[in-house]
Amino acid sequence: MLAPLAPNRAEASAATIPVRHFDAAAPRRLARALADLGEGLRRWRLAAALARLDIRNRYRGSVLGPIWLTLSTAVMLGALGYLYSMLFQLPVGEYLPWLGVSLILWNVIAVSVGDACACLTAAEAVIRQLPLPHTVHALRCVMRNALVAAHNLPLIAVVFLLFGVSPGWSALLILPGLGLFALNVFAASLLLGMLCARFRDIGPIVTSIMQIAFFVTPVIWKPELLRPESRPWLPLNPFYALMETVRGPLLEGGGSPWIWAAALFWTAVHCGVCFAFFVRFRGRVAFWV
Amino acid sequence: MARILAEGLSIEFPLYHLGARSLKKRLLAATPLRLRTDNANRIVVAALRNLSFEITRGERVALVGHNGAGKTTLLRTLAGVYEPVSGRLTVEGAIGSLIDPTAGMDLEATGRENIVLRALYRGLSDAEADALAEDVAAFAGLGDFLDVPVRTYSAGMTVRLAFAMATAMTPQVLLMDEWFLAGDAEFMAKAEERLSRLVSDAEILVLATHDMAVARRWCTRAIRLDSGRIVADGPVAEILAAD
Repeated sequence: MLAPLAPNRAEASAATIPVRHFDAAAPRRLARALADLGEGLRRWRLAAALARLDIRNRYRGSVLGPIWLTLSTAVMLGALGYLYSMLFQLPVGEYLPWLGVSLILWNVIAVSVGDACACLTAAEAVIRQLPLPHTVHALRCVMRNALVAAHNLPLIAVVFLLFGVSPGWSALLILPGLGLFALNVFAASLLLGMLCARFRDIGPIVTSIMQIAFFVTPVIWKPELLRPESRPWLPLNPFYALMETVRGPLLEGGGSPWIWAAALFWTAVHCGVCFAFFVRFRGRVAFWV
Repeated sequence: MARILAEGLSIEFPLYHLGARSLKKRLLAATPLRLRTDNANRIVVAALRNLSFEITRGERVALVGHNGAGKTTLLRTLAGVYEPVSGRLTVEGAIGSLIDPTAGMDLEATGRENIVLRALYRGLSDAEADALAEDVAAFAGLGDFLDVPVRTYSAGMTVRLAFAMATAMTPQVLLMDEWFLAGDAEFMAKAEERLSRLVSDAEILVLATHDMAVARRWCTRAIRLDSGRIVADGPVAEILAAD
């Protein structure tokens, strides 16, 4: 019965056999973190399979399944769009496409951040039993949220069709923007995943920070409502900078260079902090979860 | 050549989520040996303390000791789950661990999907994954049940699937918890042959067990752990004679 696997073993013993060496006096943390990252990315198929199962299990037995995500966003968009266009006294045809893009992008951010907090604690059973790279779990989180986003983002196209908005060729710039999103979700999954595993109070704190961030970021209100002299300060809000890399190309014919610079800067800071933390504490994760 | 070398190996579990201060004090007072505060003022359980041993090719080692002596922690450390807080550990050879057979199983997914998932967890190539699927299907004998969610399986069927998936490998260093030797008689008769081959193909076996008959039968050497320390190490007959 084991015959089909046997040649593999012959290869393994004929070639150099795997050696794992660990010396607590010389932990070589950087090399291990890089190896973890490399191995994690190489195992993307595992992350993809787990992400797909996550989504499927979440909607098991449901008739519409993940379409519910799209529907609930659509209903919220319709309701909020008409309400706020009246409150802000803006024409619906102008306001609703803007709100649609903003709200859907904000959902991607908020859901990903919430998910990132549970990224490692949810994988506790696996982390404590199987020696897998931790970055696989972060990648799983990114892919899961990419799947969720894939159910919501097409709504933007529907709204644009309904209101006759055409972004033109600059819409292609959303691709690097979405790339930045993915990179940030990856970093957040590792960083928040580790922090929330170690300090269980971080999760609720993050939730309330995200609630405040929703109101201070131009999601339902347009930046034009601010006084002109305070508008240049907006890119100091990392959420705004990141959102604008996708919203700009869709609605304003491409974001300004300042926005892109700010988004890249924040992403670099985020990834840098995350990596430093990961290098230092990677070995402790199995004890934390 | 497969080899395990541990020098001064220590593992400490921090207890971060202990609530009340008084609880900590009470715990500390009750078990002065294993709970202590480390230099960062955290409460830690010393799970493994300063272990040194060498296991070379051909050795079959039984880890014996009471519950909580550190047997499973040692297996997990050898498997690479925990990084030692002090000491050195070298493991040469492809590791196969039979510690928790259900780890990584998705109960909502079908048996077949679980096999695919297991292949991905192990990082197998497509050809190897197909071989694994064939092998597991043949051994587990689940028939049509392979295509329904594992959640609907009886306990026995889940065990068969988990066992078949976990044992479909040919590692050089085999780490095994005694779970794998428990099970109903009918299943064990079938499992025995498969397990024997796995053990005899491996260059090193490390088996954590409470069952002295099992240790005598499968192993050549025994390491007795107590409160995270090695208290005896030698040929099985000698170490177990003390019982």
